[in-house]
Amino acid sequence: MTAPTLPRPAAAPPPAPPSAVTVGLARIGLELRLFVRDAGQVVFSFAYPVIMLVIFASVFGDEEVLPGVGFPQYFLAGIAATGVMLTSFQAVGTAVTEERDRGDLARLQTLGTPPLSYGIGKAGQVVLTTVVQLTVLLAVARLAYDVPLPTEPARWLTFAWVVVLGILAGTVLGIAVAGVVGSARSAGAGIPAFAVVLQFISGVFFIDSDLPGWMDTVAAVFPLRWMVQGMRSVFLPDSAAVAEQAGSWQHGTTALVLAAWVIIGAVVCARTFRWRRGT
Amino acid sequence: MTAIQPAPAPAGTAPDEPAVRVRGLVKRYGGRAVVDGVDLEVRRGEVLALLGPNGAGKTTTVEVLEGVRRRDAGEVAVLGRDPATGDRAWRDRIGVVGQTTGAGNALTVRETLDHYARYHATPVPTAELLADVGLSEAAGRRVDKLSGGQRRRLEVALGVQGHPELLFLDEPTTGMDPVARRAFWGLVEGLRDRGTTVLLTTHYLDEAAHLADRVGVITAGRLVEVAAPTELGGELRRVATVRWTEDGATREVGTPAPSALLRDLLAATPAGEVPGLTVTRPGLEDVYLRLVATPEGEPR
Repeated sequence: MTAPTLPRPAAAPPPAPPSAVTVGLARIGLELRLFVRDAGQVVFSFAYPVIMLVIFASVFGDEEVLPGVGFPQYFLAGIAATGVMLTSFQAVGTAVTEERDRGDLARLQTLGTPPLSYGIGKAGQVVLTTVVQLTVLLAVARLAYDVPLPTEPARWLTFAWVVVLGILAGTVLGIAVAGVVGSARSAGAGIPAFAVVLQFISGVFFIDSDLPGWMDTVAAVFPLRWMVQGMRSVFLPDSAAVAEQAGSWQHGTTALVLAAWVIIGAVVCARTFRWRRGT
Repeated sequence: MTAIQPAPAPAGTAPDEPAVRVRGLVKRYGGRAVVDGVDLEVRRGEVLALLGPNGAGKTTTVEVLEGVRRRDAGEVAVLGRDPATGDRAWRDRIGVVGQTTGAGNALTVRETLDHYARYHATPVPTAELLADVGLSEAAGRRVDKLSGGQRRRLEVALGVQGHPELLFLDEPTTGMDPVARRAFWGLVEGLRDRGTTVLLTTHYLDEAAHLADRVGVITAGRLVEVAAPTELGGELRRVATVRWTEDGATREVGTPAPSALLRDLLAATPAGEVPGLTVTRPGLEDVYLRLVATPEGEPR
C-alpha cells in the first residue's frame, strides 16, 4: 500500500507589485532628496522670487501704486504667482526632459512604473518646494518691507486654492510640454523664454490697468494672468479691485480657467507622455 | 551570489513553454527594416547570447521583447505574455540591464537600491544585493562618483533586484576592465545556476563562448544562425586550414580532411620537416566573421 500521491499544490500567485500610490509616495521622497541636493535648483527656486521683490522695492521705494498700497505690496502678488509657475511649470518641464535624455525615465519604464506614480512624485515635490518658497517670500515681504499680510481666513482660503490650482496646472502643463518638445536642450531654452514673455503680458511686472487691452486678452488665455489676479485679491485691499481690467477680482472665472488648464494639461500628458526620446 | 534567485513561475505557466518565443519579428524605422523577420526561441533556464555587428538589430530586438518598443509585425511571447500589453506584474517578472545608467546621480548606491526596491513585489534585500554585485565597499558613494565598471554593476543590481525569471542584459560588460568582466561572468553564471533565464547581447565573442548555452548571430536584421558556441557555423567549422612554406612562398589549403592532406604532404617531403607547417580550425571569431560577411567579403 502506497500513500496516495497528493496533487502538488499550485504555486501561489506571485505577490502583486506595490500600488501606483505607494510607488508615487516613494517617488515624492526621491524627488525631494534630489531637489535638496541640487544647489542650483534650491537657490533658484527659493531666492529668485525674493530677489525680484528686493529689486522692485529698491527701484520704486516708497511710491504708492494705489492709495495706501505700496509697490512691494502690489507686486508681491505677481511675484508669488511667478514663483508658483517657476517651481511647477518651468522646473517640471525642464526636469522631465533632462530625466528623459539621461535615461532615468527609460529605467522607470522597464520597471513598469505607472506614469501616475511619476506624476505623483513630481506634484508632491512641487507642492512642498512651493510651500517653502512662498513662506520665505511672504516672511521677507512682511519683515523687510512691512507688507501687511491678510488676517481674514477667507483671503487665506483664496490664497490656498489659487496656489493649489496653480501648482496642479503648472505641473501637468510642465509634463505636457516635456512630452511635446524634443530634447532637454530645446526645453532649457524654450521654456524659460516662454515663461518670461508670459510674465510680462500677465502683469507680473506692470500695474494691471496699464496693460493694453489686447495684451490682457492674450494673457487671459494662459493660467498665469489669473493666478496673478487671484493673488492680488489676497494681498490688496478690496478697494483695489477697481484697478483691475475687469473692475473686479473675477474669482469664478479664475477658478474655471485654472481648472480647465489642469484638465487640458492632464489630457495632453496622458496622450503625449514618453519615457524615451524618439519612438 | 547567494540571494538572487528567480521567483517561482506563477501557477498556470506551462513548465516547458519557452521563456521567449518570437516569430517573424519586424521593426522598421522610416521605412527601413532594422529587424527583418527574426525567429527566436529562448528556453527556460538557458543563457542565450545574441551576437552581431553594430546596427544589426540586436538592441532593437531586445527592446521589443522588454516591451519598451513597438513592433511592426510578428508574434512575440515573453513569459507567455505579449510584451506590448505587458502589465506591471509581468514587468516585475523580467529584469532589464540596459546600456545607460538611469538612476539619480546625486543619490548614493545604497539609496538608489533602497529606492528602487520599493517598486518590486519581492525585492532582494539591499545588503545582499550589494554583496552579490561587489558594491558593498561603494555603498555610501554617490552614483556620479562611481567608476564605469561600478556603474555597470549598479545597473546589474537594479536589473536583478526583483528576482526576475528572465533577465535581459544589453552589452553588459562594455567599459569593464578584464577583472570586472570576470567577476560579472561569475555573477551571470550564478544566476543561471539558480534557474534564471538570461538573454544577453554582446560584442565580445569570448563572453558569448564563456557564458552562453547557445549563441544567435544577427546580421542586417536577420537571425542567421543559432547554435551552441562550439557548434556555431556547422560546415564552416569542419574546414581546417593547412599552411606551409614551399619554395619560399606560403601555401594555404582549406580542407575538411586535413589528415589526408598532411599524409600526402609528408610523403612529398622526405627530409622530414615541412617548413612553416600549421593546421588551424576556425574559432568562434572566424565563424562569426564569415557569418556576418556580405557577399563582397566585407563585414557589414
